[in-house]
Amino acid sequence: MSIQVSADLIPSANPSGTSSSHRQTALMALLSHRSPLDLPSIASDVTWLHEVRDRAAARVQELAIPSTREEEWRFTDLSPLMQTVFHVPKPTTQPAYISLLNLPEASEHRLVFVNGVYKPHLSIVPDLPTELFIGNLSQLPSERLAHVQNYLTQQPGAEEVFTTLNTASFADVAIVWIPKNLVVETPLHLLFVSTAEATSIAHPRGLVIAETGSCATLVEEYWDGQAEDPDSQGNVYFTNAVTEIWLDANAQVTHTRIQAESKAAFHIGKTAVSQARDSRYTCNAISFGAKLSRHNLEIYQTGEQTETTLNGLTLIGGEQLADTHSAIALTKPHSTTRQLHKCIVDDRAHAVFNGKVFVPKAAQLTDAGQLNRNLLLSPKARVDTKPQLEIVADNVKCTHGATVGQLDTDEVFYLQSRGIDAASARNLLIYAFAYEILGKIAIDSLQQKLSQLVTSRT
Amino acid sequence: MIIENSDVVLSVCDLTAEVDGIPILNGLNLEVRAGEIHAIMGPNGSGKSTFSKVLAGHPDYQVTGGEIVFQGQNLLELEPEERARSGIFLAFQYPLEIPGVSNLDFLRVAYNSRRRHHGLEELDAFDFDEVVREKLEIVKMDDRFLGRSVNEGFSGGEKKRNEILQMALLEPKLAILDETDSGLDIDALKIVANGVNHLSNPDNSIILITHYQRLLNYIVPDYVHVMEGGRILTTGDKKLALELEERGYDWVRQEDATEVVAR
Ligand SMILES: Nc1ncnc2c1ncn2[C@@H]1O[C@H](COP(=O)(O)OP(=O)(O)OP(=O)(O)O)[C@@H](O)[C@H]1O
Ligand SMILES: [Mg+2]
Repeated sequence: MSIQVSADLIPSANPSGTSSSHRQTALMALLSHRSPLDLPSIASDVTWLHEVRDRAAARVQELAIPSTREEEWRFTDLSPLMQTVFHVPKPTTQPAYISLLNLPEASEHRLVFVNGVYKPHLSIVPDLPTELFIGNLSQLPSERLAHVQNYLTQQPGAEEVFTTLNTASFADVAIVWIPKNLVVETPLHLLFVSTAEATSIAHPRGLVIAETGSCATLVEEYWDGQAEDPDSQGNVYFTNAVTEIWLDANAQVTHTRIQAESKAAFHIGKTAVSQARDSRYTCNAISFGAKLSRHNLEIYQTGEQTETTLNGLTLIGGEQLADTHSAIALTKPHSTTRQLHKCIVDDRAHAVFNGKVFVPKAAQLTDAGQLNRNLLLSPKARVDTKPQLEIVADNVKCTHGATVGQLDTDEVFYLQSRGIDAASARNLLIYAFAYEILGKIAIDSLQQKLSQLVTSRT
Repeated sequence: MIIENSDVVLSVCDLTAEVDGIPILNGLNLEVRAGEIHAIMGPNGSGKSTFSKVLAGHPDYQVTGGEIVFQGQNLLELEPEERARSGIFLAFQYPLEIPGVSNLDFLRVAYNSRRRHHGLEELDAFDFDEVVREKLEIVKMDDRFLGRSVNEGFSGGEKKRNEILQMALLEPKLAILDETDSGLDIDALKIVANGVNHLSNPDNSIILITHYQRLLNYIVPDYVHVMEGGRILTTGDKKLALELEERGYDWVRQEDATEVVAR
């Protein structure tokens, strides 16, 4: 077990031992798999989009894969990613398994991408044009396509290396556009699936625009298409995902993000959210999968009285590494953030949590709370946690904390003393720990599916 | 009640136990027959809770000598859950709060594990609901406590009632109630005591650990034991408890020295 709360407490982490030119070359190799934009040639003027991609590609050439010498990547060594040779996935037929990933509640709107490619036959989009737009790039009406450039790639933080790589490489964009004051009653489902193909690479891209006063529930999922086969060791592939979410004034978005990639996969994902005044954003981020995963969750509060709620659950075992880096920038008065991130770590797995909260002078009368709780199930399991508050404003309420613990023997004994066997008692307690997060997911079938996953894992 | 020639439910012989290498129980002897109610009293730290946890099988307590036979079986060979299923029940002095585990689910899982042990079919949520509602009556508990997490945010008295509710559901052969009366107001005490009396019958036995004679006005013991230094110092009938209340423990210590032992 290990807990680190300050960078100064330990000697610098073991550097990956590769030179910067090596890391530059490795990044170029990833860039070499850029796919062309999936847009019919007759499409309206998309010069701007080609330019955006090309600019990003040019920038990538100046960057390198981060090493563990960099503070942001101290605990997450990307050498295994660099040592893997990737290919652009070949077109595939969809495994029947994908239908199991449907959410009955999201029966009206669903976008499915397999290996980064949009699958119209698996997707459900409105037949007739409606106020709500959900679809991929080529479905977007041309007048809106021009408008998209105000949002796509415009979030702060777009310069980060993997975000830039995605911008240079994405072939398509999953777009959700909720017009002013529309309340979408059923969940909007974005499903990204990877199928049986060795060492493929995909750059899923999502864009969500919630206009003033609108309200929607979003489910964004990354699944291994082979997960059906319990014996499969899982394919090696790399998902480098970016989703940008814009909440206009008084908009409300409840977002559940599930990362359930193959146990051999790499997943680097970014969720960048901008919140205008009076908007409310909730994220339930659940990570089960991948050999090595990183979730960058970035919130930019740009108006007064915004509310942000971040709930996270990481459940890993084996040799998995799951890294969550969140950053919340409060900029205006009267805003609130609530964050609860929980990790359940078994075997020799390694969880990393870094949660930054910035409260500048202008953000007076704000209320920021952050808590990271970790449950280690084996003596070799490890967690590195670093809550990081940067507070300049003086009239604020900020609390933060991190706990690391094991299952409580007295709790296990209490359950045993009522006739419940030790293994079931442990499972019940692990489930209870996870349920504090899973219970917040208001979509029944999804909550059930995830609960089963927790139970089967333990 | 004392029943002539009734079966020996529990027989503890020369029991010694330690925690972290520190001896706590130092040669404890006790015999409990079916139908009997035994009270164990004794000063703080005398080892009462330790004894109860050793009976229930808490892993922190190591038995270093002696034996415990429960219904003809060597209890020390059994895991805590096996002890529970074969009829041992401990109402904890400090019932734990288990956030996130619903009380109702917990009660059902516990109830069903005992049924399975007895070769009975498990009850589904619907049938169990009926059973649990009936038992709620015994401890006058509101059904809204079922929907909450186990003991989380329960008051002291509510926790104790929840323990007796579990006892009612699990119908133990031997119930050990560790200070179930401590901290209860008189109304709650009556409810708990009535519940226990309701559950007591010629087939089962009860060990009451308490500091207060008050409880024994409501649940009348057949035997009263005084424990000190990890041993039973002396044993008497219900009058002993009254005497203890009046004269304290010093008096027993002197009697013990002159080897006047009751029973
Ligand atoms: N887990 C433990 N670790 C260390 N010491 C312990 C532990 N459990 C009990 N003890 C010690 O053993 C002795 C007996 O404790 P026990 O709780 O059995 O007493 P008790 O008779 O129940 O007291 P009370 O009337 O206060 O409840 C005490 O000195 C206590 O400090
Ligand atoms: Mg005690």
